[in-house]
Amino acid sequence: MAKTTTAQGQVLDRAGLSGEQLVAMLRNMLLQRQLDNRGFQLNRQGKIPFALGSEGHEAVQAGAAMAFARGRDVLVPYYRDLGLALGVGMTPFEILSSLFARDTDRNGGRQFPNHYTNKDLGVASISSIIAGHCTHAVGIAAAFKYRRESGRAVISPTGEGATSQGEWHESVNYAAVHELPIVFLVENNEWAISTPQSMQMRVANVADKAAGYGIPGVVCDGFSPIATYRAMNEALERARAGRGPSIVEAKCYRYLSHSTDDDDRTYRSRDDIEAHRKLDPVPRFEAALIDAGVLDAAGAKALRQDVLRETNEATDAAEAQAYPTPQSLYTNVVAGDYRPWQEFDS
Amino acid sequence: MTATAQQTGATVMTNVEAVRSTLHDALVRDDRVLIMGEDVGARGNVFLITKGFLEEFGPERIIDTPLAEASIVGVAIGMAMEGLRPIAEIQFADFIYPAFNQIVGEAAKTRYRSNGDYTCPMVIRTPYGGGVRGALSHSVSIEALFYHVPGLTILAPSTPADIKGLLNAAIECPDPVLFLEHKKTYRSVKGEVPAGYYTIPIGKADVKKAGTHVTVVSYGYNLHQALDAANRLEGEGISIEVIDLRSIRPMDKTTILASVRKTRKLLIIHEDNKFGGIGAEISAMVAEEALFDLDAPIRRLCGPDVPAMGYALTLEEEFMTSTEQMVDAMRDLAKF
Repeated sequence: MAKTTTAQGQVLDRAGLSGEQLVAMLRNMLLQRQLDNRGFQLNRQGKIPFALGSEGHEAVQAGAAMAFARGRDVLVPYYRDLGLALGVGMTPFEILSSLFARDTDRNGGRQFPNHYTNKDLGVASISSIIAGHCTHAVGIAAAFKYRRESGRAVISPTGEGATSQGEWHESVNYAAVHELPIVFLVENNEWAISTPQSMQMRVANVADKAAGYGIPGVVCDGFSPIATYRAMNEALERARAGRGPSIVEAKCYRYLSHSTDDDDRTYRSRDDIEAHRKLDPVPRFEAALIDAGVLDAAGAKALRQDVLRETNEATDAAEAQAYPTPQSLYTNVVAGDYRPWQEFDS
Repeated sequence: MTATAQQTGATVMTNVEAVRSTLHDALVRDDRVLIMGEDVGARGNVFLITKGFLEEFGPERIIDTPLAEASIVGVAIGMAMEGLRPIAEIQFADFIYPAFNQIVGEAAKTRYRSNGDYTCPMVIRTPYGGGVRGALSHSVSIEALFYHVPGLTILAPSTPADIKGLLNAAIECPDPVLFLEHKKTYRSVKGEVPAGYYTIPIGKADVKKAGTHVTVVSYGYNLHQALDAANRLEGEGISIEVIDLRSIRPMDKTTILASVRKTRKLLIIHEDNKFGGIGAEISAMVAEEALFDLDAPIRRLCGPDVPAMGYALTLEEEFMTSTEQMVDAMRDLAKF
């Protein structure tokens, strides 16, 4: 495994990733942070009705996305998976089209932001009902197995709160019984809106629940993209090789309120947030790459400027698009014309 | 029958045999078709509909799932999104409630919420209805809980030939279909089934008996009682037209209106509760479209507004509409 000695003499365990891949992960993380900020800014400016942030999840998602095999794997994301969506190939313009609810949004401006769909990239459409989509992820994995498409796997991410849902349990259990190629990624940010992990479960780790399903469960450092990549890569390789599902729990944190409509001052101390700010994965990973000589300070600055430029261009381009036509409300209910009362030539 | 049938001879079979043979042919015809549910494999389904399928098609296509209805439907949705044609079975319609979110919140909205990027071509089959001593949780009718939901198709055929044609149409349908089988008709109703593959158009009702004095719209087990009642009234010189709805969502406006405009009287009969039931929507449509063609108020003969029928025979019989009650209602309306 390639290792790089940092300026401070620490060893950066690269988990076999090239310099280019490491920089790509950092770029994804910087872009997530920038797009998150943009969503909240646009909301405060009154330009968009709603935004959700992924701040604190950047490392988890950059790492998990790096383990995703484009063109083969499928991602069934949850609503806080901006970085996974970007990491598997979605563009800032698509994200901003969704934020602005313009007709260039692949959902046609129907869904809340962060409810992605892009079948060409293997990003499955979800609803807002927590963990309901995990069963779909299992069904997709079942289709891979049924068609003997080895080398393909599904990533089914959720937060830790979702693991209280019956459908999460049913999904993991079904996948375990049928040995399906799927990885249940739990992005444990400690909070489900206002409810802390201790009010969701008795166990310290979601991964501990894996024992109840007879499958592996691992905990990784969700503030480290490399650690998350390593855990996800191992779990996905296992799944693609036909050795069944597993749970990967990435411990991270939610720095922002649940959404632009939430106010976390009503349930969470500022000290709690400040303590976790010291672990902020974005500046830490940037510093680690500079220390390890993968990137120099100028290169990091150029990367940040490039991400801001891309975000600005995508913002302007998306805002300039038209809204969906009112008539589009009536399309794609079912195939063909939608009429609950049928009329026939008689 | 409006079937694209290859009329190369017919076979007489029961409703349950029609379900079984249609599923069997679908498995032979299309390897994207899978059957999944509780006890569909080794047991061959609690009504023996899939008996022998496990041996013939293997455990990859005849899947005994964990005992969890939400994931039976949810996993089937994922399969459908990925290009398979799953047929998910809910063992009894009464057990469908844990899957309500998956049907209403997910399957019915997959195409819509993704603006057509993903679709959900799947069938959910389930036996419903009472009159079999099934008590509170093996007797319910569920159609009214689901027919409010755009994106969902609901079929409830009542004869073997219609079951074959509509089950084939359901499997072909590019959107989710809830396919309701009245369990009291499984072995009590027999009929001719044309040979060969055919489909019946979804949303098309069928005039099962032509008449001139009263239009009766029904489906399920009640349909067969309504036909008996109508035949009895022939002796009294009362001519009843009986329409088999077959498809609950969408419904056939053309056939209902043409009949009502002819007979000028409408009686709707269904086993499901009256309040907010299918009959309410039919009544509203006829009132909107043909009020001044009517010679009598619309009548509905439906299940009473109690949570369910009881296990005791007295309670079950009180819940179920009798053929005699239908005869009386038809006669009253004819004489109005």
